[in-house]
Amino acid sequence: MTHSPALASERPASAPPLKKRANPMKRKQRLAAYLFLVPFFIVFITMLVVPLVYAGYLSLFESKLIGGDVFAGLANYVRALTDSAFLAGLGRVGLFFIIQVPIMLGLALFLALALDSARGRGSKAVRLLIFVPYAVPAVVATLMWGYLYGPDFGPIAQISRAVGLGTPDFLSPESILGSMMNIVTWEFVGYNMIIMYAALRSIPAELYEAAEIDGAGQFRLAWSIKIPAIRPALMLTVIFSIIGSFQLFAEPSLLNAIAPDAISTSFTPNYYAYNLAFINQELNYAAAIAFLLGVVIAIVSYFVQLAGERRERVGLAERGIEP
Amino acid sequence: MTSIDTSLIKTDNESDGTQSPPRTARRYSPEGRRSLLLTVLLWLCVLYFVLPLWWLFVSSTKNNSALFSTFGMWFGGDFSLWENLQTLFTVRDGIFLRWMLNTFVYAFVSAAGATLLATMAGYSFAKYDFPGKKLLFSATLGAVMIPLTALALPTYLLFSQAGLTDTPWAVIIPSLVSPFGVYLMRVYAADAIPDGLIEAARVDGAGEFRIFAQVGLRLLGPGLVTVFLFSLVATWNNYFLPLIMLNSSELYPITVGLAQLQSAASAGGGSQALFSTVITGSFVSILPLVIAFLFLQRYWQSGLASGGVKG
Repeated sequence: MTHSPALASERPASAPPLKKRANPMKRKQRLAAYLFLVPFFIVFITMLVVPLVYAGYLSLFESKLIGGDVFAGLANYVRALTDSAFLAGLGRVGLFFIIQVPIMLGLALFLALALDSARGRGSKAVRLLIFVPYAVPAVVATLMWGYLYGPDFGPIAQISRAVGLGTPDFLSPESILGSMMNIVTWEFVGYNMIIMYAALRSIPAELYEAAEIDGAGQFRLAWSIKIPAIRPALMLTVIFSIIGSFQLFAEPSLLNAIAPDAISTSFTPNYYAYNLAFINQELNYAAAIAFLLGVVIAIVSYFVQLAGERRERVGLAERGIEP
Repeated sequence: MTSIDTSLIKTDNESDGTQSPPRTARRYSPEGRRSLLLTVLLWLCVLYFVLPLWWLFVSSTKNNSALFSTFGMWFGGDFSLWENLQTLFTVRDGIFLRWMLNTFVYAFVSAAGATLLATMAGYSFAKYDFPGKKLLFSATLGAVMIPLTALALPTYLLFSQAGLTDTPWAVIIPSLVSPFGVYLMRVYAADAIPDGLIEAARVDGAGEFRIFAQVGLRLLGPGLVTVFLFSLVATWNNYFLPLIMLNSSELYPITVGLAQLQSAASAGGGSQALFSTVITGSFVSILPLVIAFLFLQRYWQSGLASGGVKG
């Protein structure tokens, strides 16, 4: 009984009147599928979609001393796009992204490939020790590096003086962005490495066989097989890094306490939006900034993804390309 | 010499031990091809990642004066770890412990909730066909790209209208969304749960929810641990969201609390010399997560590896 109706109903189902209604079994399964999705999408809509729409709405208003909130059209956006503080912040995180992300991901990829080749000693310990900083909150990492950078008592300066190199100033306006890049690199190399390493481990062995017959060396193997095979994972780390760089907050806001001259209140767009909203009480303008920042991130991510996909299509990617 | 032998033995074991997961032992395997250069390079990198933490540990054993008068990378002055811990847990009526507890509660409730939601959604995407599936999944994937901090501000305003700011919910509810978790669970469930098993359960007359709970969840173990740990870290380490949502310091998580202590310390006006307290607090605060990652590594690593990031 349980089998035959399912089979039997499939044929008549193609007849017009019954076509739209799947058989009861399928309908039950569809219902279950939606029910499984409902909890996630309730939170998804209330915590992602609604705030996004609300930010867009808020950004179209202006708060006046007299008259309260007044519709302002795109005035906040015009202001943001001509606001040198915002643009400078955006430029700074753009620079951060262009320099720090290749270094961080390059190092992570090198480490993942090195560990995957199993040619170093103690790779398991290496893998875990490099990953540990990921479990350290950005707040703690920044506090810690803040002390390490210290010109008087920081150990880096102590060592540098001991070998006669003088005192490096990591907290000057010129070097602070680099110092911040170092903190973020320290925090996230391990995380990216683990994602890449996991992807490398799931490459099927058959892919290596042909290369092995051709006598390909480790570098050739890495370049021609391993890296193309983990392109989706690499893309993931790139996207996460775009988001991470463009919304830097904890690092600048904490370094501001140590180096107020080097870090302005608009050092990064996110820090700027925070200061606008909570110090200056300019909520509408802050919403416009936050919204614009989201748009910038989406655009950059989109183009990076597009570039990646094009390269993938050109290259020979016969590995499961699923949406 | 001996190194050659052990590596040979290892590869043999791997290919004999019928099931070393997705990849069978590599044939081109490193027969004595261990590279000294690579080992040195790897361990130099390890130094870069570990030395700052070593500094943190060493510094948490120093009192304030030793902190600024002895070499940072080695012990010096009196061994003051116990006094520091005492100060840490008694400063401002023991608020540090309170912050730790808050962090635990926020992180565990958020991670458990996020994991449950992500698992149900990921399972549904992986194992069912339904109209709108592609659209909904694209929306989820697209959301990975939305910067959560850009949302924090409007969320704050909405929550303040709802009277939810300055309550634990303000930190927990936004942390329940984990689009990346859904993505991970979808890929993981697609691999880990054979369709045949679900069909068999259906033939036996099990309902869809029972199949999920009794067949699905059991096979999703490593995936669950992975999504749980990564959501746990996301909430545990979050600074921006609690910073804007909470006003009362007794509701702070550790990140906001430490930042507040630090700014009190560098303001210098305070009568207490707080630097060593901040450092000891930082050290204590990172221990739970580090330990969790070490103990659960087998699970979360296989959760990531077996399909977790195939895309």
